[in-house]
Amino acid sequence: MIELENVAYSYGGGALLSEISLQLAPGSFYFLTGPSGAGKTTLLKLCYGALQPTSGAVTLFGDDVSRLQRDGIAALRRRMGVVHQDCSFLDHLTVTENIALPLRVSGRQTKAAQEDLTELMAWVGLTHRAEAMPPELSGGERQRAALARAVIMSPDVVLADEPTGNVDWEMSQRLLRLLVELNKMGKTVLIATHDLSLIRAAKSQVQARVLRIANRQVQLAGADL
Amino acid sequence: MRLVDVKRLVFGDRQADKVVPPSGFTAQLTVFAAGAMAFLAVFALALSLASGRLAARWGDELAQSSTIRIVAPMDQRAAQTEAALGILETTAGVAFARALGEDEQQALLAPWFGTELDLRALPVPQLIEIIEEDSGFDAAGLRLRLAAEVPGAILDDHSQWRAPLVDAANRLRLLGWISAGLLGASVAAMVTLAAHAALAANAQVIAVLRLVGATDRYIAQAFIRRFTLRAFGGAMVGAVVAMAMVALLPDASERAGFLTGLSFQGWHWFLPFLIPLLSAVVAFLATSAAANRTLKRLA
Ligand SMILES: Nc1ncnc2c1ncn2[C@@H]1O[C@H](COP(=O)(O)OP(=O)(O)O)[C@@H](O)[C@H]1O
Ligand SMILES: [Mg+2]
Repeated sequence: MIELENVAYSYGGGALLSEISLQLAPGSFYFLTGPSGAGKTTLLKLCYGALQPTSGAVTLFGDDVSRLQRDGIAALRRRMGVVHQDCSFLDHLTVTENIALPLRVSGRQTKAAQEDLTELMAWVGLTHRAEAMPPELSGGERQRAALARAVIMSPDVVLADEPTGNVDWEMSQRLLRLLVELNKMGKTVLIATHDLSLIRAAKSQVQARVLRIANRQVQLAGADL
Repeated sequence: MRLVDVKRLVFGDRQADKVVPPSGFTAQLTVFAAGAMAFLAVFALALSLASGRLAARWGDELAQSSTIRIVAPMDQRAAQTEAALGILETTAGVAFARALGEDEQQALLAPWFGTELDLRALPVPQLIEIIEEDSGFDAAGLRLRLAAEVPGAILDDHSQWRAPLVDAANRLRLLGWISAGLLGASVAAMVTLAAHAALAANAQVIAVLRLVGATDRYIAQAFIRRFTLRAFGGAMVGAVVAMAMVALLPDASERAGFLTGLSFQGWHWFLPFLIPLLSAVVAFLATSAAANRTLKRLA
């Protein structure tokens, strides 16, 4: 579903990423790690079509990203669940409306979807915050809302950028459990994080593969860290 | 713009609007400006139509009628009138000529002297009305013959004073249309500026919408709908207020002066209702163009 072939990327200066070839196996659980500024966010953006590779090819669900029109990219985003690093909500809509936003923009606000939404809110533990506005949420609540929004369209793959960035250890464990549950339901999960203890904690719950960005390249790290 | 699109625009997913935050003050400015433009456009329209009517009427009369005044001592007046009518009978291009009766002259002068006055007591000239054939007659030739045989006759073929007026009325009509055109262009410019401002102010919102899979079309529609409805609503209010004011103008009288004939007549009353529609179309096109330009530049 996500395939990178000899991909390089640069923001204009020197190459940030180069010679990256990668193929995500359906149903598996990945961590993408590396020091801050290594290019984790950049690599994720390449994976959901927000950036075009400087060279090489990114293939998403069988389509070469460089050949997709703008509407094609929009259609692609409906098939991938993305938790952005800064969450990015619409601050004038309630938490519920924000979580349902992907349904609304794709015209799928059906009754069945409404029930799914209620269930999803309970699953991430935000039922009591349903009518709150995003700026009123705590860091952990924001991350859980972003995760709910990412999975409301039942995507096959979930990409999460530092989902435990601004939360305490308890909350990061809770988020991790949610992501592991999603993986158990058959979704491919890719989590970018610089937090090695999170990766260690995951090892007991799921068989995770760790991709490490070093020297502008991605390596499959050994089982132990 | 297909009909389906228009329907979706007006009746479609009203919720879609909500994804873009409401923008109180700028929205009111757009509505106000559209209303003011429509208000002015109604007057430009009224001016154009009235000048058109005036030009047409003056032009018609100019082409058809002239007058001869017989200014002579009382005792010679009847004889000179007879002589002038005789000459007119043999003039090519004159369809019909007759001397006005005393009561008709009295009616013509009533606005100045009142109805009580006995005209016979005054040296009022005798008037002869001439209706021309379509071909018209040779005014210069007729003047020469009259000068030779009827010393008191003065031919007034109206062209000297009416031609410039018809010309002026035609210019005025052109000015009215130019003003209406400029107002339309101003609505387009105003809406384009407002739409650009709204798109820029909502760059963050647009980015989030793109991230969750909204198409450009969906995003653009939220903006297009707003500005189209604002331009329509504002222009409707402006046009209706202006029409009410036009309706309250004094009625055009029999011998309509220019100022009293400004009101709409007959089916022309429907024309101002086109202004809100045109305003909406202009806003729709301007916002579409602005949105498409802006969205293409975003990731
Ligand atoms: N839009 C951008 N323009 C220019 N440089 C950028 C941009 N985004 C990120 N960078 C740079 O690219 C590098 C990698 O950034 P990022 O992918 O966010 O790293 P990470 O997520 O691993 O911390 C950083 O040095 C950052 O400054
Ligand atoms: Mg990052």
